[in-house]
Amino acid sequence: MQALTGMFARQFGTPNYAAHGGFCSVNMAAGMIYTIGGSFWEFGGPDLDRAKLFVMIGTAEDHHSNPLKIALSKFKRDGGRFISINPVRTGYSAIADEWVPIRPGTDGALLLAIIHEIIATGLYDREFLVQYSNAGQLINVDEANDEFGFFVRTEVPTEEACYEPQDKLWWDRSTDRAVVTHSPGADPFLLGEFKLPDGTPVKPAFQLLQERVKEYTPEWAAQITGIPAETIRRVAHEMGVTARDQKIELPIAWTDSWGREHDTVTGNPVAFHAMRGLAAHSNGFQTIRAMSILMSLLGTIDRPGGFRHKAPFPRPIPPCARTPNDPRAVQPNRPLDGMALGWPSDPDDLFVNDDGSPVRIDKAFSWEYPLSVHGLMHNAITNAWRGDPYRIDTLLIFMANMAWNSTMNAVEVRKMLNDKAEDGEYKIPFLVVCDAFHSEMTAFADLILPDTTYLERHDVMSMLDRPISEFDGPVDSVRVPVVPVSGDCKPFQEVLIELGTRLKLPAFVTKEGERKFRDYPDFVVNWESEPGSGIGFLAGWRGKGGEKSLRGEPNPNQWEMYKKNNCVFHYELPKSYQYMRNWNKGYLEWSQRNRITRYAEPILIHIYSEVLQRFRAAAQGKGFSRRPPEALKKRVETYFDPLPFYYDPLEAQVTDKHQYPLAAVTQRPMAMYHSWDSQNAWLRQIHTHNYLYVNAQTAQRQGIDDGDWIWVESQWGKVKCMARHSEAVEPGTVWTWNAIGKAAGAWNLTPDANESQKGFLLNHLISEELPSGAARISNSDPITGQAAWYDVRVKIYKVGAGETAITSPQFETMKPYPGMKARSSILAYLGIKAK
Amino acid sequence: MTQLALVIDLNVCVGCQACVTSCKEWNTSGEAGPMGDQNPYGADPTGTFFNRVQTFEVGEFPNTETVHFPKSCLHCEDPPCVPVCPTGASYKRKEDGIVLVDYDKCIGCKYCSWACPYGARELDEQQQVMKKCTLCVDRIYDMTMAEADRKPSCVKACPTSARLFGDVHDPESAVSIAIRESGGYALMPEWGTHPANHYLPRRKTRIKIHEDELERADNPLKVDRQLPKPAMSEPTLDDVTTW
Amino acid sequence: MHPAFSVIFLTTLIGAAQGLFLALFTAQSYAAFKLLPQPDAHAFYGQGSLLALVLLVAGLAASFFHLGHPERAWRAAAKWRTSWLSREVIVLPAFMGVVFLYGLAHWLDWHPVLMTLPGGLPVDPSAILGVAGTVLAFALFVCTAMIYACLKFLAEWHSPLTVINYILLGGASGFTLAAAFAAATAPELVGFLAGWAAIITLLGLLSRGASLIRNARLKPKSTLQTAIGIKHPKIVQKTQGFMGGSFNTREFFHGRPVAVLRGVKWFFILGVFLVPLPLLLAGMQGGVALLAGAFAMQYLGLLAERWYFFAQANHPQNLYYQSIA
Ligand SMILES: Nc1nc2c(c(=O)[nH]1)N[C@H]1C(S)=C(S)[C@@H](COP(=O)(O)OP(=O)(O)OC[C@H]3O[C@@H](n4cnc5c(=O)[nH]c(N)nc54)[C@H](O)[C@@H]3O)O[C@H]1N2
Ligand SMILES: Nc1nc2c(c(=O)[nH]1)N[C@H]1C(S)=C(S)[C@@H](COP(=O)(O)OP(=O)(O)OC[C@H]3O[C@@H](n4cnc5c(=O)[nH]c(N)nc54)[C@H](O)[C@@H]3O)O[C@H]1N2
Ligand code: SF4
Ligand code: SF4
Ligand code: SF4
Ligand code: SF4
Ligand code: SF4
Ligand SMILES: [Mo]
Repeated sequence: MQALTGMFARQFGTPNYAAHGGFCSVNMAAGMIYTIGGSFWEFGGPDLDRAKLFVMIGTAEDHHSNPLKIALSKFKRDGGRFISINPVRTGYSAIADEWVPIRPGTDGALLLAIIHEIIATGLYDREFLVQYSNAGQLINVDEANDEFGFFVRTEVPTEEACYEPQDKLWWDRSTDRAVVTHSPGADPFLLGEFKLPDGTPVKPAFQLLQERVKEYTPEWAAQITGIPAETIRRVAHEMGVTARDQKIELPIAWTDSWGREHDTVTGNPVAFHAMRGLAAHSNGFQTIRAMSILMSLLGTIDRPGGFRHKAPFPRPIPPCARTPNDPRAVQPNRPLDGMALGWPSDPDDLFVNDDGSPVRIDKAFSWEYPLSVHGLMHNAITNAWRGDPYRIDTLLIFMANMAWNSTMNAVEVRKMLNDKAEDGEYKIPFLVVCDAFHSEMTAFADLILPDTTYLERHDVMSMLDRPISEFDGPVDSVRVPVVPVSGDCKPFQEVLIELGTRLKLPAFVTKEGERKFRDYPDFVVNWESEPGSGIGFLAGWRGKGGEKSLRGEPNPNQWEMYKKNNCVFHYELPKSYQYMRNWNKGYLEWSQRNRITRYAEPILIHIYSEVLQRFRAAAQGKGFSRRPPEALKKRVETYFDPLPFYYDPLEAQVTDKHQYPLAAVTQRPMAMYHSWDSQNAWLRQIHTHNYLYVNAQTAQRQGIDDGDWIWVESQWGKVKCMARHSEAVEPGTVWTWNAIGKAAGAWNLTPDANESQKGFLLNHLISEELPSGAARISNSDPITGQAAWYDVRVKIYKVGAGETAITSPQFETMKPYPGMKARSSILAYLGIKAK
Repeated sequence: MTQLALVIDLNVCVGCQACVTSCKEWNTSGEAGPMGDQNPYGADPTGTFFNRVQTFEVGEFPNTETVHFPKSCLHCEDPPCVPVCPTGASYKRKEDGIVLVDYDKCIGCKYCSWACPYGARELDEQQQVMKKCTLCVDRIYDMTMAEADRKPSCVKACPTSARLFGDVHDPESAVSIAIRESGGYALMPEWGTHPANHYLPRRKTRIKIHEDELERADNPLKVDRQLPKPAMSEPTLDDVTTW
Repeated sequence: MHPAFSVIFLTTLIGAAQGLFLALFTAQSYAAFKLLPQPDAHAFYGQGSLLALVLLVAGLAASFFHLGHPERAWRAAAKWRTSWLSREVIVLPAFMGVVFLYGLAHWLDWHPVLMTLPGGLPVDPSAILGVAGTVLAFALFVCTAMIYACLKFLAEWHSPLTVINYILLGGASGFTLAAAFAAATAPELVGFLAGWAAIITLLGLLSRGASLIRNARLKPKSTLQTAIGIKHPKIVQKTQGFMGGSFNTREFFHGRPVAVLRGVKWFFILGVFLVPLPLLLAGMQGGVALLAGAFAMQYLGLLAERWYFFAQANHPQNLYYQSIA
């Protein structure tokens, strides 16, 4: 859907389009893609088929949850060792061979200490780093020089259409001088300090990394993470020794980007997986950079038993899509001149006004969060309400419950949605909500567009969207209606096509202004990225007769062909294209030929991130034309460190940790999907309301018994709920299931339903903004704008005598809409099994 | 003689509850009639299920094991619930050892549930008859289904394949081998009920690293001159003695 | 266990009826041997049997409330070979039939001599019915009690004391009732009946006291360790897998605080034993009110006793249903 909604927004001409990635896991996407050109999430994953050691960090359920469960159990049955790093032991972590409880927000310290140990013991894959990363590339370390912190470059002949020319240098061991990287026969020093003939002092990136992690000893990390130093050391050794001594060698011949032929594909069988436990912190980007670098040190990128990409990844670092960098890209009645979301590679790519202020309502791609590649939905309402940077007329929300579980500070945000300015006009004048259910969000809408459910409509899971590819090649799929549309609703896809057509947005009408697409299925078949491009929403059965894959003319029978094939198109790559794809000549050229990518250059791993250095240099007043505004200089300079570093999450930096000693986090319950499964009579029997899980000793110290009603209070608010003792949570952490608590009356539950009377939402404790000097800034990662859900710090205490046993806060009971039937008190399906 | 049963592998069960809902989905839509729910959308919703997944914490922080524990009727070989039933509604099938309830004969006296130490039976509030896991007897013999589908619904649904299904009397069946080789055990053996269902315990994989494996001769630090050689000029034995 | 009122009434009402019948026939036997004066058979045995029958019918009626499908109750006779419940279902109506006939025989003053025992004792139909009824009354006590006593997981019930208690408590309440009834209809028997009622009540106190002491000392055989098969001293359930309750959380828990349990226990010790005993002794001289009071007290006490009997029984299935989250 994101591809279609994004396209609609662009055609409409607004810069203000964002998708849920910004409040979900953009740190994961950005941190890894800016490092290895691909990422966990739908873009890649752990190869548990071949791994021997699997390290899972901060994951409770994840996006591909069933495939992950299948892989995990197979991995365990095959005798693999599974380590889970998580403050809480539930779900996946429950079946881990070892649980490493960690204090929330401190994984950066742990990972850096592991890197320290890996480098100190020499357990890294030197060969891999030399050939496939920028570890050996020389960096100017002359502080006086304008080029300080940048790779030294030389003149090389570049081909046309070159994204990242191979014009960097190594210090060759045998000739003891600087040579162009990958020169035949050359082997660079990874460590050391050298002087170029012109006297410039240079160091290989790896040397800088070693210097960076020097202080990050296991003993240092133990203080921060709560994990004993010997555990950190042992885990590091397990990783290093497994990677080094259990090499996989597959008889698959391939050719690398430098034309060297390899008879085999090798792999180091240590796989990682991480998700929101790392992502949803304001130091997540740098933490995830550290993890990506650790994975690279172990030599596990796109190799058997390690991390594997999924098409259309890997992509150049950063990927080529850019947002407009000029406010003039936004013009009335004209499509936005560029993509609403993109991947900045230097300050000139930011979408800011001439004075450096944000163009977008959510301030994405501004100096506040320069690499906010998925936008910041979680700040759109607050910013619009405040009129900062400007007021808006209409807010259109599709499939997001932003009056409840996907908003921070839900109590206040709900007020903002209803707030009026002095002139009596609503601060957010027109609110359109497209939802399929009776969600908390719909209560605030001026106009509800009732959507169908996924069983009643056509859908595509497109390569232009979140891909659903497999390790072995691109996959996309469709949904077709399996039940007729019920009630007065319309698929949002159809609504967008219809709106686009009636508004005569160029993509939806012919030159003459006539309707181009009958409906959504017709659109999916016939739309092409540009006339004759052969690129559309679906990659399978293209060409007039369905004879082509990936690219080809529209095929009028495409839907039929998908249906005949179980609604899935799977393109299996030849074995020789399945691995080492960052540097696999065959794969990259194949992908270029099929217009999956524009450039076929090798995608070297960014151990050292020059992209970050460009922003830092700008903040230091060097190099680029654009400079951050004064107030943000320090921030950009600090956080845009080209090497990973550890810092306290931003919220912790502004919190008195003695007063708020506990970290509070949430997790997905496996049996519930966000806010809307409470409508399911069976699932809600499993999770009827939620408790706050507290380490038994922590609770006892507060005189809190199992099952007691307590207050949980952060700097920003408090909620009343029930406590549950647990031995499976780190003593400094409390946690609860996500989105089980409901507003009274929502989801067509009775007003006395447990969800609203005993269940609670942690979001009431989380602020969407933090004080920043005199101003406020989003409670988000300073690099990517990722919502920092898991940074909140709280204290807990027993409720006073006489306080009622009901959760707080409570809201006015949501009313049913006309036509909604009261629910029966008995449910008994009278289905007869089809014989 | 055949004894069909489930073998549940606690080593891989992640507690996802897929078996719980798929069981109810299959059995509620069968000929035997719905498994009712009361207050489905109100306070304290409750209903009949044949299979529940529970969670236990074993040990104390940080040495805690979180154990997800699915439980349905264990199809005891010596089922105490059967002889007590006054109507014969509860019975154990000779041919495959499945313990069943004939809903048409059951008078809803609940006595069998008192006689089950495992809490595996539930009286359906709507139909007022005793219900329990049927081992999906209406699936596993349904020849109109593809062979791969002739398995209990919960087994099919389990993403981690923590639920194995087969004949525990056939020593060569996958379930018997799993019980034998992975330490399968029965619940509450003290009552002599001889449950046919078995559980496989948690098993740990550990890595042993010998100290001399840590640093190998080809340590990459050497390549980068990080394990330094002393300078030629530094003193040696040669400076102080002759032999 | 959850004390179901249907079962509490069933067992206490038929227990009193059985005891009453036994009292009637004991009196008849004693009278036959001339150890007691012969009362007005028509009134005492006839109406007494009617009273027993009323109690039996009321108990039976109560028991139907326990069934999900009372209209199928007849099916319950099917498994007498294995099920004590099935046996009870057979014995109870048989007993009712005999009581009916016994009462009828007395009511119609139908006393043909069928045979003469050595010693010249004439045997009439009421004597044969009385013997049959006595056998059935004891059989019914055994069946009823064995329904509980045969469940080996319920250690509180799984004991010969359960059978003895059912017999003694049913007997005590029946004899007390008989004494009260005799005070109204056959004063010459009051002393005898009240005396026996006191003796049986005393014996009941001993056996019920013994079972209380036994139960207090029970160590559950099943533990969380055996329930889930994991060896560790510290295991805690976090969630039973559902939150709004189920049959398993309703049927096997009394759901009352410990204090209520303790209160009920003392109430029944007073009500069944300690209060009726002096009343019975005092009532031996006659005195309808005293004896009726003794019966009323004892019956109320028995309701509490039966409630406690269920509530105290700790089913091992409860190990699986301890916590929601
Ligand atoms: N405290 C805390 N808050 C969090 C998180 C956390 O971990 N902790 N996680 C965050 C993350 S990662 C995410 S992704 C968000 C998710 O938060 P949301 O995106 O708000 O997710 P849902 O609750 O699924 O809400 C989606 C809305 O879509 C509606 N809907 C469902 N199906 C359809 C459909 O077919 N069509 C339409 N039009 N509407 C439909 C539902 O009724 C619901 O109102 O929550 C975020 N909030
Ligand atoms: N059943 C179900 N599946 C879902 C969803 C759902 O709602 N229900 N939502 C989908 C969506 S939108 C998303 S984004 C994914 C999210 O899937 P996950 O990424 O698995 O996200 P969470 O459930 O938020 O779990 C985060 C985990 O991180 C841990 N954690 C928190 N802080 C830290 C930390 O600082 N360090 C470490 N190491 N761990 C930490 C928490 O204890 C928790 O176990 O799930 C998707 N799948
Ligand atoms: S929710 Fe649906 S898509 Fe997601 S893992 Fe479960 S089955 Fe798969
Ligand atoms: S588990 Fe319970 S219901 Fe099932 S056979 Fe055994 S005793 Fe009977
Ligand atoms: S409830 Fe039904 S199955 Fe159970 S003992 Fe009574 S009649 Fe038999
Ligand atoms: S075997 Fe069938 S009836 Fe039994 S638990 Fe599994 S799905 Fe339910
Ligand atoms: S479906 Fe499988 S993994 Fe999920 S709870 Fe059931 S047994 Fe466990
Ligand atoms: Mo998400």
